[in-house]
Amino acid sequence: MDGLDELRKSWLDRIGGATDEGALEEFRVAALGKKGEISLKMRELGKMSPEERQVAGPALNALKDEVNAAIVAKKAGLADAALDERLKAEWLDVTLPARHRRQGTIHPVSQVMEEVTAIFADMGFSVAEGPQIETDFYNFDALNIPGHHPARAEMDTFYTHRKEGDNRPPHVLRTHTSPVQIRHMEQYGAPCRIIAPGRVYRADYDQTHTPMFHQVEGLVLGEDISMANLKWVLEEFYSAFFGVAVKTRFRASHFPFVEPGAEVDIQCSFEGGTVKIGEGNDWLEILGSGMVHPKVLEAGKIDPSKYQGFAFGMGIDRIAMLKYGIPDLRDFFASDLRWLRHYGFASLEVPTVHAGV
Amino acid sequence: MKFTLSWLKDHLETEASLDEILEALTDLGLEVEEVEDRAARLKDFTIAKVKSAEKHPDADKLRVCQVETDDGVQQIICGAPNAREGITVVLAKPGTYVPGIDTTIGVGKIRGIESFGMMASERELELSDEHDGIIELPSGEVGDRFVDWLAANDPAKVDPVIEIAITPNRQDALGVRGIARDLAARGLGTLKLHEPSEVPGTYPCPINVTIDADTLDDAPHFTGRLIRGVKNGPSPQWLQDRLRAIGLRPISALVDITNFFTFDQNRPLHVFDADKVAGNLRVHRAAGGETITALDDKDYTFVAGQVVISDDNGPESIAGVMGGAETGCTGETVNVFLESAWWEPVRIAYTGRELKINSDARYRFERGVDPEYTRPGLEAATQMVLDLCGGEASEVVEAGAAPQTARSYTLDPKRVESLVGMEIARDEQVRILTALGFSASGSGDALEVWVPSWRRDVQGEADLVEEVARVTSLTGLKPQPLPRAPGVPAPVLTPMQLRERAARRTAAALGYNECVTYSFIDKASAELFGGGSDDVMLENPISSELSHMRPAVLPGLLQAAARNQSRGMMDMALFEVGSAFHGGEPGEQHLVVSGLLIGQTGPRDPHGARRGVDVFDVKADAEAILAAIGAPAKSQILRGAREWWHPGRHGMICLGPKKVLGIFGEVHPKILDAMDVKGPAMAFTLFPEEVPMPRKTSASRGAVTMSDLQAVERDFAFVVGAEVAALDLVNAAAGADKALIEDVRVFDEFIGGSLGDGQKSLAITVRLQPTDKTLTEEEIDAVGAKIVDKVTKATGGTLRG
Repeated sequence: MDGLDELRKSWLDRIGGATDEGALEEFRVAALGKKGEISLKMRELGKMSPEERQVAGPALNALKDEVNAAIVAKKAGLADAALDERLKAEWLDVTLPARHRRQGTIHPVSQVMEEVTAIFADMGFSVAEGPQIETDFYNFDALNIPGHHPARAEMDTFYTHRKEGDNRPPHVLRTHTSPVQIRHMEQYGAPCRIIAPGRVYRADYDQTHTPMFHQVEGLVLGEDISMANLKWVLEEFYSAFFGVAVKTRFRASHFPFVEPGAEVDIQCSFEGGTVKIGEGNDWLEILGSGMVHPKVLEAGKIDPSKYQGFAFGMGIDRIAMLKYGIPDLRDFFASDLRWLRHYGFASLEVPTVHAGV
Repeated sequence: MKFTLSWLKDHLETEASLDEILEALTDLGLEVEEVEDRAARLKDFTIAKVKSAEKHPDADKLRVCQVETDDGVQQIICGAPNAREGITVVLAKPGTYVPGIDTTIGVGKIRGIESFGMMASERELELSDEHDGIIELPSGEVGDRFVDWLAANDPAKVDPVIEIAITPNRQDALGVRGIARDLAARGLGTLKLHEPSEVPGTYPCPINVTIDADTLDDAPHFTGRLIRGVKNGPSPQWLQDRLRAIGLRPISALVDITNFFTFDQNRPLHVFDADKVAGNLRVHRAAGGETITALDDKDYTFVAGQVVISDDNGPESIAGVMGGAETGCTGETVNVFLESAWWEPVRIAYTGRELKINSDARYRFERGVDPEYTRPGLEAATQMVLDLCGGEASEVVEAGAAPQTARSYTLDPKRVESLVGMEIARDEQVRILTALGFSASGSGDALEVWVPSWRRDVQGEADLVEEVARVTSLTGLKPQPLPRAPGVPAPVLTPMQLRERAARRTAAALGYNECVTYSFIDKASAELFGGGSDDVMLENPISSELSHMRPAVLPGLLQAAARNQSRGMMDMALFEVGSAFHGGEPGEQHLVVSGLLIGQTGPRDPHGARRGVDVFDVKADAEAILAAIGAPAKSQILRGAREWWHPGRHGMICLGPKKVLGIFGEVHPKILDAMDVKGPAMAFTLFPEEVPMPRKTSASRGAVTMSDLQAVERDFAFVVGAEVAALDLVNAAAGADKALIEDVRVFDEFIGGSLGDGQKSLAITVRLQPTDKTLTEEEIDAVGAKIVDKVTKATGGTLRG
């Protein structure tokens, strides 16, 4: 059959030149519709000899498929072009700011309390709590600090007001977390293994002192607990807390509620005006500790001939400052948004031992 | 407690260096706070000799000196009148820092002639106030270090001053001798002998002393004597140097001697001018109301029970605390009555506190003074008075007797290892205790240890263990693991501790910044929030801004907001989790979670998302936090909270009228006004302890129901009275068919317009969830009718056409 090449070229050219779907449809009908040019050619096959048909049949079928495919392809091409055109029109300046989302923060004191708790919980400590307004019995007497003891005056204690005629000794704002020791011993006895974090109060205000700050108390009682155990616990704690092996140095000292008592220093360097924990040859005083005084055990209704143990108290704000490089204690309680955002922690940064504190 | 190195060496025979001594002191529990090493400041100065001194050609008062130094002959211009040929001088070479003029010497030209250094005066080296000329040394070789010359010829000038912190238990370390004893026990030298011999009196003491019977328990022992014919001039240079070095002003020989014994032996003394004492001395209790002018020239009025020393004229001394001005010694004193007495520490502590006197005597007597050294102290001081002031001593008058303090405790040598975890041989333990003045005897596991009279702090076996451990040094302590329970550690937090954390982290996740504000606030702010009563008032606040325990956390947050606003930060979301105080007794505190939302939801943006915060923001946050701590999903919203909330814009999230889990709303404008906060301000306060604990203990959540049947939603709008609560309407609708109705939600509120005054339209969407078969239109209509019926009955409203 002659003229197929021309036919092919003619349709493919027209399809290729179509600019919208309507034109394409017209071409489809004109070429492949019932009375389309190619359809009419196919009808002519019946009049052919078998030999002619054998050649022309496949050629016509191929032409039909080719034109069909061209139409489909062109249709998709036109749709793509139309979509491209639309998307082009939908262009946005994505450098515009996103919708605002408020970012909350956790205060460093809360974060560090959770860090401390995570580490001590791993060593089997639970968390005890006690009242912040205390009797002078729990804050002083039970801790072997009688009324005339110079340590009372040195503690800068806040006293609560007593009404005229109320002759009870005034209550105090606890000057340390140690009263929790007594309350815990009274309630749960020995053996025990607790920490007690919380707010404490002393009437002092300058660059390094605020009238309120935070401490964590530790108390371990058993039949054969020694100061060497205390050293291990503290070294394990500081190493985990600061994320670097930290050595401690014990120095003899005195606190009325322990005997023997020790001040504990941690290894550090002061080079370049900054403190680096766990390196260097200097020592930084970090906490007070000792073996619980027999009189304190007795005050907690525990038999000192059967049980012994250690206690320690350290400043939470202080270790937070050391770890996170926070310069001024007073800012902790000023609630300046700039400070809260800079030193605060994300809500999902929950300290755990397995993820690191 | 301050002392100098040479003072220490009066009591301690030692070859140890200053650094070794300092390290040992701190390690022994006598923490070194400061060391003033004056030698270190002068280490660069050398000795030189002036070979010639010519007048400066252009200045009358200046001389051009040729000075022989260890760097050869140098030319130095000097303005001192005594700069002349042949004198031995102290030289600051170029590059040397001169402390007295705070300058580093350089090479310079003075009136056109070069000068290579400076010859120093005593003031320039801070050795004294002398500045009339440069130092002329009587000896010394060119090139020697000046500090070495000082050490050999005038040691007091370079005597290092050591200041240590004394813990309240260490009475013995309040005297230099006690410090020396500790160092000797540590092995840093030998304690020198100190056994004051009796000074015989040559005549009876004309002043007698008595102690009232009712006073003996607080004033058990008094010794004294007259020394007549003394000459009370300035004390000798060595004594003045010592006192100055520790910050005391030399006054006169007699007073300086009492101060010397106070610091040398922890033995406070008092000297009366005997010619001003009328009659005898009587130690007695004050009746109350008597007055005295003390040595500090202030007047004090005695409180009944305080111990007083009186003569015929009345009180002359506040016993153990401060002497009286009337009978004080002066430069004219010729007859002195010397007192060495022992006072009960508790009495001294109270007297000192009541009269607000902080004296060296009070400080020592209240911590404890060796009761066995009262008489020896008197003898030693007598000898020093005779040596320095001359005179003649009377016989000793003595009233009462030294209190009995001898006691012993049993020490099991193994106890040290058990308590401290260090192995220390029995013999070494005995050696340490003996060196500290204890006596230890006995065999096996029971040492009988007698306590020396100067250690009233030692009250049992644990104290003995401490002595052994601290002298041995705790630096040798080896860490020993604390046994852990086998297996995975069990959770340790209590349900309330978990709640506190959940509340905190949820609030932060909702965009709030956590604050930690003071637990005390000013009275006015406390009163605004129902607090500020005397029950929660501090007796001694550090300022009126921090005078009362906070009744709530909100006032602290509002103050924080005001501070931030004053710095130009107007949009904020603050929260705090902490205790509020509803009373002044222990335990009268409760946990609250408070949030404060002020300003706009965010900065201006191109999306138009910014709007002012409102009550429904804090309602959502309060509900989210309550959900996070396990509060039941269904609760009531009641009104009628306290006066600091906007009366029409707050709600109490309740389980019944008495069970308030939390409150949200707008803060009353009057409160904001009073606290200088620019509003409006939205807030919530939640009470985690009020949320009931879940009954179930199982972790199981139960089965979920998820129907395959399509849920149907239908909308209704009702016209109701404006005062009708939306929640009541929703509850009424939900009650129409509890099985079928899964959810009822308000999606529109319309007030006014064609509805008229006092009316509003509430539109709800009701979601029906069929359980066994798809609903027919008739069934849906039937439920709809029931809903309309229920709502109409409950609210008095009508379905909007």
